[in-house]
Amino acid sequence: MIVTEKLTKRYGAITALGDLDLKVHAGEIFGFLGPNGAGKTTTIQVLTTLTKPTSGYASVDGFDVVKEPEKVKEVIGVVQQHVSLDRDLTVRENMEFRARLHHLSSSERKKRIDELLDYIGLTEEADRIINDLSGGMKKRAMIIGSLLHTPKMLFLDEPTVGLDAQTRRRLWDSIRRLHLDGTTIFLTTHYIEEAEALCQRVGILHQGHLIDLGKPLELRQRLGLVTVETLVNNRETRYQYFADRVAATSYVQNLPPDAKTIIIRDSNLEDVFVELTGRKVGND
Amino acid sequence: MITMLRDIYSVLWVDLRFLRRHWLRTLGTSLVNPVLYLVAFGYGLGGGISFDGYSYLAFVMPGIIALTAMSSSYGGAGLKLHVDRLFYRCFDEYLLSPISLFSLAVGKTLIGVVRGLISTVALLAVALVISPTLIVSPLFMLVLVSSCFVFSFLGVLIGMWAKSHQDMTTFSTLVILPMTFLSGTFFSLSMLPDAVKAVLYLLPLTHSSECLRAAALGQTFPWTSFFGLQIFGLIFFVGCMWLLKRASV
Repeated sequence: MIVTEKLTKRYGAITALGDLDLKVHAGEIFGFLGPNGAGKTTTIQVLTTLTKPTSGYASVDGFDVVKEPEKVKEVIGVVQQHVSLDRDLTVRENMEFRARLHHLSSSERKKRIDELLDYIGLTEEADRIINDLSGGMKKRAMIIGSLLHTPKMLFLDEPTVGLDAQTRRRLWDSIRRLHLDGTTIFLTTHYIEEAEALCQRVGILHQGHLIDLGKPLELRQRLGLVTVETLVNNRETRYQYFADRVAATSYVQNLPPDAKTIIIRDSNLEDVFVELTGRKVGND
Repeated sequence: MITMLRDIYSVLWVDLRFLRRHWLRTLGTSLVNPVLYLVAFGYGLGGGISFDGYSYLAFVMPGIIALTAMSSSYGGAGLKLHVDRLFYRCFDEYLLSPISLFSLAVGKTLIGVVRGLISTVALLAVALVISPTLIVSPLFMLVLVSSCFVFSFLGVLIGMWAKSHQDMTTFSTLVILPMTFLSGTFFSLSMLPDAVKAVLYLLPLTHSSECLRAAALGQTFPWTSFFGLQIFGLIFFVGCMWLLKRASV
């Protein structure tokens, strides 16, 4: 569905994305995990034809993003990180506008908008001005807008950033449902739990480069499925990774008596990221 | 062709919805300036003065109509586009859709034309009451529509070019404001030295004012100025297309 080869985007001397080789398969939920400034949004902008790559190749559903941008636009839907709705119009008017841009006929527009409002659960808000909606409602309205032309592939750039936990989970449900209905999903996030909850495969992006790629479980297995946290000298937390709890427990039993605050827990993608980069995912 | 026209209307549609919701405010605010100019210059300063054989009110009215066409069309096309790009950030939705850049440019221009025509036609109705000698001929309407297009193209051009609200303000202060007062709107260019006149002919509003005045007062029509106005429109449109192309892949 998505193929990139040595895809690179530079802004002057800064490499926002460097030599990205990636394949995302049809029907997959693929996620890019990384801190702000890692190159996630740049990747989405190149793949959705909003930005021209400096070099390399990228295609979506077989269409070259540089040579055939119009074809790419017909098969993708995009939910941007920021609210990209006309805030002076109602939800329905925003949907109508997007449906018109994608050449839906009058009857198709009405049917599809009503269907999607119901699907995402925004029917009651359809005639409210965007400015009067909550952040979660705006995001859901953006998802509807991106689905009107029934795209094969949906790009979600940090879909839940700034939303409360309850709204985030509701949005995850919508994304899972879309996936179950056959839409290929490419999302970016800097929330570990989001990548783990939603993505079948995750690429870890750091300073514009893909530094690891695989299923969340595979990435954790490479590191060790169990993490032991130990406070050293009352100042620094040390992390050790083990294949299983037996090995972790054995390590803990042999620690010196002054080792403090021992936590044994399942490892997560944040551990993977920190070990690969020496930084926390949320840090810029 | 049909797809192109449909796309142009789709781009225009969203701005028409906005206009429909705020038509009274839009019309009211766009008429404040011309009415103030009319009262201050037409009645206040110009009462009892005659210009080129006409009352000053009859002389200044076509200039104020040209001025209104400029400000309403430029603002109608440029300000909303600027807000959509930099504040609402919904402009990318156009670039993510399969419509052509030509349709996008023309659609965004047309809302300026519509707003320019609404304001000027309303002002024209007032003008015909207070100065019934004005001739509203097909030629006058052709110049008026052309002027609205030219200044809408300029609005789209600046709306696409501006990287901040400050850029829009700077352009208004350095270009639009001087053009308002220096383009023969309130006085005859024949009173000025040739060198100054030559500079003022570099402003599109000068050509718009001259053409509208000639058509409205039944004078010899300055076809050179009319073609000059079209050339300005062409240059602004090419600029819009260039900036749109730069904004997309």
